[in-house]
Amino acid sequence: MCRTGDLRQAVLARNDAGAQALREELAARGTVVVNMLSSPGSGKTELLQQELTLARTRAVPVAAITADLATDNDATRLARAGVPVLQVLTDGLCHLEAAMVRRAIDGWLPAETRVLFVENVGNLVCPASYDLGETLRVALASVTEGEDKPLKYPNAFGLAQLVLVTKADLADAVGFDEAAFRAHVERVNPGVEVVLTSARTGAGAGVLLDRALAAQQGTPQHRPVMARTQDPALTHHHHHDDGHTHDDGHHHDDGHQDGHGHDGHAHAEHGHAGHGHGGGSQHRQDAPTPVRPLPGHPSR
Amino acid sequence: MHEMSIALAVIEQVAEKAPPGATAECVRLRVGELAGVVPDALSFCFDLACAGTPLSGSRLLVEPVTALARCEPCAREWHPGMPPDLCCPGCGSGTDVVLLSGRELEVSAVHWSGDPACAAVPEER
Repeated sequence: MCRTGDLRQAVLARNDAGAQALREELAARGTVVVNMLSSPGSGKTELLQQELTLARTRAVPVAAITADLATDNDATRLARAGVPVLQVLTDGLCHLEAAMVRRAIDGWLPAETRVLFVENVGNLVCPASYDLGETLRVALASVTEGEDKPLKYPNAFGLAQLVLVTKADLADAVGFDEAAFRAHVERVNPGVEVVLTSARTGAGAGVLLDRALAAQQGTPQHRPVMARTQDPALTHHHHHDDGHTHDDGHHHDDGHQDGHGHDGHAHAEHGHAGHGHGGGSQHRQDAPTPVRPLPGHPSR
Repeated sequence: MHEMSIALAVIEQVAEKAPPGATAECVRLRVGELAGVVPDALSFCFDLACAGTPLSGSRLLVEPVTALARCEPCAREWHPGMPPDLCCPGCGSGTDVVLLSGRELEVSAVHWSGDPACAAVPEER
């Protein structure tokens, strides 16, 4: 047999379909996902802890997933905000995929949750390619990282719907050129909002939560040029591939699942708000996932 | 480096479409300049990940796709380059700019066992 098959198919179609299904399911119950991308050490966790705390004081039901290659450290920090937090360990994988988010939230995410913040693996390259079912994608960069970060990582910043600058209190000390940073963002993502924040001084506090709640209310979000492509079947972000079923974890071939065999695992954290959720529900394909509750509520 | 994940996704998709008993000789992949994928790394991962699948021993032919942007009001088209400049070089605005190409990451064709068309394709890496 000798034949050529035309197979015009987006490589990430399965992830995109799973993400779209997740987005729709969550929307039906009034929940939106916020996908947060940054390099390691940019201050994602600190900023997120502040926003989660603010949400709790305002009685807005929120939850957070934090992804790392190893350690529960970020979940421990975020849990101080007193909201449901789940640590996803990717076991070395450099990014999250939609199926991993789905596995993480199944049976864990409280029904009343309005906003689920997903702190992606600290990495500005790989996570940019994966739609997680988010309604709002946020890219963060700290003032210490240099003004040209958006040019060096055009996909991360080019596909963002909100750009947050962190550690703004250090801007003078490190000679951060805000105008240059803004110009670089504008070049790769014209029209996207850029907000300076400092978890230390409180500058910009609440902006992330406000934008997330606006998204939850259905406010139209910024559509980056890089997401405005001509062929919907080939768009990686927020489009649905119609030629595909998405089985989200029930697919098998050669041992690969949707997460390509990197299922990761989850540890649940409970803040003192005590929503009484029974821990993480993720399972590895081959064995039950150990879910160990972490010690109480460390004080700062 | 997520090229291994991409390679696995390519292999999974192609293997699903494999005619009974066929083995793939080469897989053509269109990779846009703005797709966020490094073709060399992808080829490397593809070779490793093919083992034990219907694609074992097949070649990955990467066709790079240059990015092209268009400003609708100006009816102007340009290559945004890398890093991309997605503001219109005419009016300076990005409000009504669309990408005509550059984000592709798609399997365009698969050549199954013994296909002469495959041998005629020059290797691009």
